[in-house]
Amino acid sequence: MKAAFQIPWVRALLALALVFAIGCLCNAHGAFFHWSTHRDMLRQVSVYGILACGMTLVVVSGGIDLAVGSVLGLSAVIFSTATLHHGLPAFLAVALTLGAGAAAGLASGTLVSRLRVQPFIATLALMVFARGLAKALSGGQKISRVIQQPDGSFSYVDLPTVFARLDARVLGGNVAAVSLVFLACVLVSWVVLSRLRYGRYLYATGGNEDAARLSGVPVVRAKLLAYGLCGVFAAVAGICQAAQEEQGDPEAGTGYELTAIAIVVIGGTSLAGGRGGVGLTLIGAITIGYLEKILSINAVPEASRLMLTGAIIVAAVLLQRRKP
Amino acid sequence: MPEPLLRFARVGKSFGGVRALDDVSFDVLAGEVHVLAGENGAGKSTLIKILAGVHPGFDGEMTLQGKPLRPASPDDARRSGISVIHQELSLVDSMSVSDNIHLGRESRRLGGWWLDRPAQVARSAELCRQLNLELSEADMARPVEAFSLSVKNRIEIAKALAFEARVIVMDEPTSALDRPEVDKLFTLVAALRARGCAVIYITHKMEEIARVADRITVLRDGKWVGTAPAGECPERRLIQWMVGRDLSEQFPPPGEGRAGGTAAPALETRGLGVRDPDPSRRNAVGGVSLRVAPGEILGIAGLQGSGAAELFQGLFGSRGACCTGEVTLGGVPFHPKNPRDSIGRGLAHLTADRKATGLVLGMSVGANVSLASLPGVSPMGLLRRGIERSRARHWAGALGIRLASIEQPVGTLSGGNQQKVVLAKWLCTGPRVLLLEDPTRGVDVGAKREIYSLMRAWTGQGMAILLISSELPELLGLSDRILVLHRGSVSAEFTRAEATQEKVLAAAMGSQ
Repeated sequence: MKAAFQIPWVRALLALALVFAIGCLCNAHGAFFHWSTHRDMLRQVSVYGILACGMTLVVVSGGIDLAVGSVLGLSAVIFSTATLHHGLPAFLAVALTLGAGAAAGLASGTLVSRLRVQPFIATLALMVFARGLAKALSGGQKISRVIQQPDGSFSYVDLPTVFARLDARVLGGNVAAVSLVFLACVLVSWVVLSRLRYGRYLYATGGNEDAARLSGVPVVRAKLLAYGLCGVFAAVAGICQAAQEEQGDPEAGTGYELTAIAIVVIGGTSLAGGRGGVGLTLIGAITIGYLEKILSINAVPEASRLMLTGAIIVAAVLLQRRKP
Repeated sequence: MPEPLLRFARVGKSFGGVRALDDVSFDVLAGEVHVLAGENGAGKSTLIKILAGVHPGFDGEMTLQGKPLRPASPDDARRSGISVIHQELSLVDSMSVSDNIHLGRESRRLGGWWLDRPAQVARSAELCRQLNLELSEADMARPVEAFSLSVKNRIEIAKALAFEARVIVMDEPTSALDRPEVDKLFTLVAALRARGCAVIYITHKMEEIARVADRITVLRDGKWVGTAPAGECPERRLIQWMVGRDLSEQFPPPGEGRAGGTAAPALETRGLGVRDPDPSRRNAVGGVSLRVAPGEILGIAGLQGSGAAELFQGLFGSRGACCTGEVTLGGVPFHPKNPRDSIGRGLAHLTADRKATGLVLGMSVGANVSLASLPGVSPMGLLRRGIERSRARHWAGALGIRLASIEQPVGTLSGGNQQKVVLAKWLCTGPRVLLLEDPTRGVDVGAKREIYSLMRAWTGQGMAILLISSELPELLGLSDRILVLHRGSVSAEFTRAEATQEKVLAAAMGSQ
């Protein structure tokens, strides 16, 4: 029993079970037992979850990425502008947005790995910069179907089908498309961390950077990969967000980086680096998702909801803490 | 005989069953420089840590001016009047000189909350004047990092005086200093002696012992060997005291026909220098020429600060390209760039501190074994766990690593088994030249013997080994030849037949 409690994912599931039990108790007159509650939970947590996948890669490598929320907003703006204003085909717009996300991630990665700026500072700077860039590109306006002409009149463009597809429900209307994107991101991160040589490089770099470097691990390239992929995932999240909102909001994703970090930590991936994995992050995302859902179906007021979320995150992390 | 200032009476200390210090008794007088000598691992640091309050639980007792002394913490020791000046200085680089001098003993006003900076500056300047430190009052406000290492060293001594220290311990204070700076330090030591402080001075250098010592105490294997006035303790007697033990471990016999003259050298250097990353320090290694043939074990002897460790780091590219001079590897010119490149060329470097630089403690045994040879277990970048596991199992078997599972975290293994995991990691890379730094540190006797015979087996297959060991018997028992380093250059070379502990130690301490 005690040995099982040492296994990280057992503890992560324990935290999830705890939250689930709270849901069963505070079921809001049975609303918690409706299938739609669980389906919506997964849809609502998907964008955060996608960010958390990239965050997991960075955290395993011993860093942190505060820029993901801003990169999400920047990507939403780029994707909307490309499709709605310039009429680019969907695949081109997606490629362009993912490229922008990768560039943002590589910028953080370069600062952290080559120029040895502390991850917190480097990504904080990029967080501010990317938000500014999003506002500059959009002129501070939401990019939507409504386009103001130079003469002051308004025209409307049709929403490209890619928006509808990403906002749709598939598998008989049971699972949201964004949830599938989230699960695909989990899969990609899992392959990188557990099946690729570079995944091992990430764990070694986060676990003991000196030992890794002296064993010939390309520490700089490993970090570049982690931050680069994290940027790509943030771009994916930005596209999903734009599709759900049917517009590109330059303010989108504000504060999301904190939720993404909370998901990673609740899953049990250590912020010290070198331990954890994306499977834990999936459990963490579902835990946070249920938490939010339980609070909303019970109509807990916003103020109490925030305070409760804070308290429950602390409780979950204390539960996760391994003995020194 | 005056009343001693500090007295050690049957002081002892054990670490998990290992007796690091046993029944040590001697006196230190006020106004004397008392040199504490002994090989690495003789128990000097343990004794000093007890004095400094780092190890509060110890056997026996200490008295300071006749009163019992039992420091519970470093702070407690300092308040009792004991200051230790460590090799790694304990100054806060970003803080000013006067703040550093008063750190932990700030001048305060207003019930202790208000920091009285002007008073501190004045007092610091006064202390520096007493110590002939050429620092103006304006310098007191500058951060410590603006000064050279030798000035920092003396600032540290000023700090000790600010605490009204009566016993000042200096742990190899000259290891990174140039000759003129050493002279300045010795002037300072003389001033401390004149003030009536007792200075406990730890050094590995004969020349320094001859210059500063009033009396000398020698420790060996955690035991007190003798205390004598410097005049009655000539160099030869001192070395006998320090060495005097037989080769208790058994070493495998050296292989056959390995003269090293005929075969092309596996590694050769001509005039190799290694720069120190801190430009204010002198070069760690200067002008070292050596050659090691395939199948040969070349021992590198040297006490702390000799440059032996830096020589390895330079050759392996651990700190980037910081070598000058020529290096050839198997006859091919080689410029050490970074560890990755060096590994690719058949070099492997087992570092002395396996926890800090050898292992990733949170990863499994298997992942640690394959860490330096990952491309070999991941064709096309795809990690093949099957290959990884079978390799790790192979090496665990070959080296006799005792473990429950390849998947268990390496941090859960015993020290000896952890060390074998590091060895396995390097053997997996198929090295032709193995740089070993203290390969048996923290390893029990049985595992030591196993590692010794493994080393012989590898050289039998044509591998060349460069060996640093802090244990002289180990170095003498394993090496085919021994090169002695002192202050970054070669001070002597011995064949296996010529080498004795006395000769090697004398050369390592720089005696002519």
